[in-house]
Amino acid sequence: MKFEGTDTYVATADLTMAVNAARALQRPLLIKGEPGTGKTLLAEEVARALNLPLFQWHIKSTTKAQQGLYEYDAVSRLRDSQLGDPRVEDISHYIVHGVLWQAFECEQPSVVLIDEIDKADIEFPNDLLRELDRMEFHCYELHRTITAKHRPLIIITSNNEKELPDAFLRRCFFHYIKFPDRATMQRIVGVHFPDLKHELLKEALEVFFELREVPGLKKKPSTSELIDWLKLLLAEDIPPEALRSKEAKAAIPPLHGAMLKNEQDVHLFERLAFMARRKS
Amino acid sequence: MLVDFFLHLKARQLPVSTNELLALLEALQARLVSASLDDFYLLARAILVKDEAHYDRFDRAFGEYFKGVEALPGFEALIPEEWLQLAARRHLSEEDRLKLQKLGYEKLFEQFKQRLAEQKERHAGGSKWIGTAGTSPYGHGGYHPEGIRLGGDSVGNRTAIKVWEQREFRNLDDTVELGVRNIKVALRRLRRFARQGAATELDLDGTIAGTARNGGWLDLQLRPERHNAVKVLLFLDIGGSMDDHIQACEELFSAARSEFKHLEHFYFHNCVYEGVWKDNRRRHDERLSTWDVIHTYGPDYKLVLVGDASMSPYEVSHPGGSVEHWNEEASAVWLQRLLGTWSKAVWLNPLPEGHWTYTPSIRMIRELFGERMFPLTPEGLERAMRSLAK
Repeated sequence: MKFEGTDTYVATADLTMAVNAARALQRPLLIKGEPGTGKTLLAEEVARALNLPLFQWHIKSTTKAQQGLYEYDAVSRLRDSQLGDPRVEDISHYIVHGVLWQAFECEQPSVVLIDEIDKADIEFPNDLLRELDRMEFHCYELHRTITAKHRPLIIITSNNEKELPDAFLRRCFFHYIKFPDRATMQRIVGVHFPDLKHELLKEALEVFFELREVPGLKKKPSTSELIDWLKLLLAEDIPPEALRSKEAKAAIPPLHGAMLKNEQDVHLFERLAFMARRKS
Repeated sequence: MLVDFFLHLKARQLPVSTNELLALLEALQARLVSASLDDFYLLARAILVKDEAHYDRFDRAFGEYFKGVEALPGFEALIPEEWLQLAARRHLSEEDRLKLQKLGYEKLFEQFKQRLAEQKERHAGGSKWIGTAGTSPYGHGGYHPEGIRLGGDSVGNRTAIKVWEQREFRNLDDTVELGVRNIKVALRRLRRFARQGAATELDLDGTIAGTARNGGWLDLQLRPERHNAVKVLLFLDIGGSMDDHIQACEELFSAARSEFKHLEHFYFHNCVYEGVWKDNRRRHDERLSTWDVIHTYGPDYKLVLVGDASMSPYEVSHPGGSVEHWNEEASAVWLQRLLGTWSKAVWLNPLPEGHWTYTPSIRMIRELFGERMFPLTPEGLERAMRSLAK
């Protein structure tokens, strides 16, 4: 079965190709792209479409590679030993399984999401080379090697905050989700708001793409922000005409706070809108 | 056949390795694609390219190899942006469109090369030259049934020929674009973590070892948190010829501010003399003596100067050369004092590296800095940070 996108997720041809190639050849897939283009969502949707269990591992700046494999809870064991608990005899009670361990031991193929790998320390990807390559690791406390029963499909997302080491990249397939063009955007919106009035959608997309063209914005609005904004427009029941009145006094689109997330951007935008109004 | 393709990519400076070639062959063997070249393009890109900055290079190399088109000098030199700025979009009637005769592919590139050689000025709205909004097959924003689109967004006529020829990833090439984000990534190379200050973090490994040594009684160990301990002095050239580069400098400054905890910044004009200032609005009444700066910050600081270094050579070499005031000592003397105090130093220049040799003052300052002058691009910043981290 091939991944073709789902009823709530529009996948372009290049994205489905990357996912299917990674799945067929059992390599990890590295996904990059502007914030809000659906990188994290991809893993959830792939798991849902292919009907596989999903294991998620969200990375923080303090995350260590070891935590994805297993952790030895020494403090609990120490406490149990001081309280004289009989469980203390068996060390396996204190081995906490990480995300990769769970996925490796899973009885069926699974999807593993390693989210925002660039948040971690520079050495983090290097510490996972063998685990991703051979899909096995050694647990020293139990003297046993954990090998994947079924190689999981590993999807890794990155926001480009750090460069990833070459050795790591060599083992991955890579896809950059580029910002959707107008036609794709229309499909995406159609998937989220199936009964949106055609009129409103047209006007909203017009405003949205115009907003992305405004020079000097610190954070351009992305797909997820468009979706939020449309939700608000629907909730407030704004008529399509309100978006169209470009020459009129309302040069600033209603509820623009959903799309501009930075006060400098809002100021800039208001200034530009003011200037445009004066000119006309 | 694929070996040749692989070597071709290598020759076009794409960082591909044998592993990836094998993976691509494996994918072909697994019948992931049928006979479609478009699918093969997508598959090869997913497997061979590991950085969106290389997408554009891959697109070009792919196009060259599979169309047998030789590398066009025009794509390397890039058409000046000015030509391509959308001046006006001419609306063509259906009739006009039909009139435009479809040129063959080969002929298109032939002509393109010719035009490129002939054309010297910006052009808009015509039907022969490269430019905007015309009916010539070259340029963008216009209409021709089989056009080559050069820069700009597609205006919706959608007759461009192939995905890889659209070159939509051009602005992700890391030698061109500079933004706060890229700068931050580059500056991170300089990170050096150290534990300093009050011990507030539980040291688990230390606690376990301590407890074991203690015969089982809990022995809590604490340690200070990890911080980025790099200290940076930033000197920014302001005013005059630097006005063209304000945005790049602002971005660099805001990225550096959020990245380094110990960052001190000073402004100067053209070159550093006996006085610098911290607030550009009060540059005339709140000057700091450069000596004070030299004495205040220790040798563990790293020195970064940002400026175009373009001035009269006398400003660098002679006393009294400054354009603003009478300086007792030449700025070369002051620069040497700065370099003597902080041995880890770089000069970042917003001008493109190719232009440096034409300006004598840039050559002089570069020499003073022992070649440690870098362009203000992500790639140049990275080299600069590597030089500072050594």
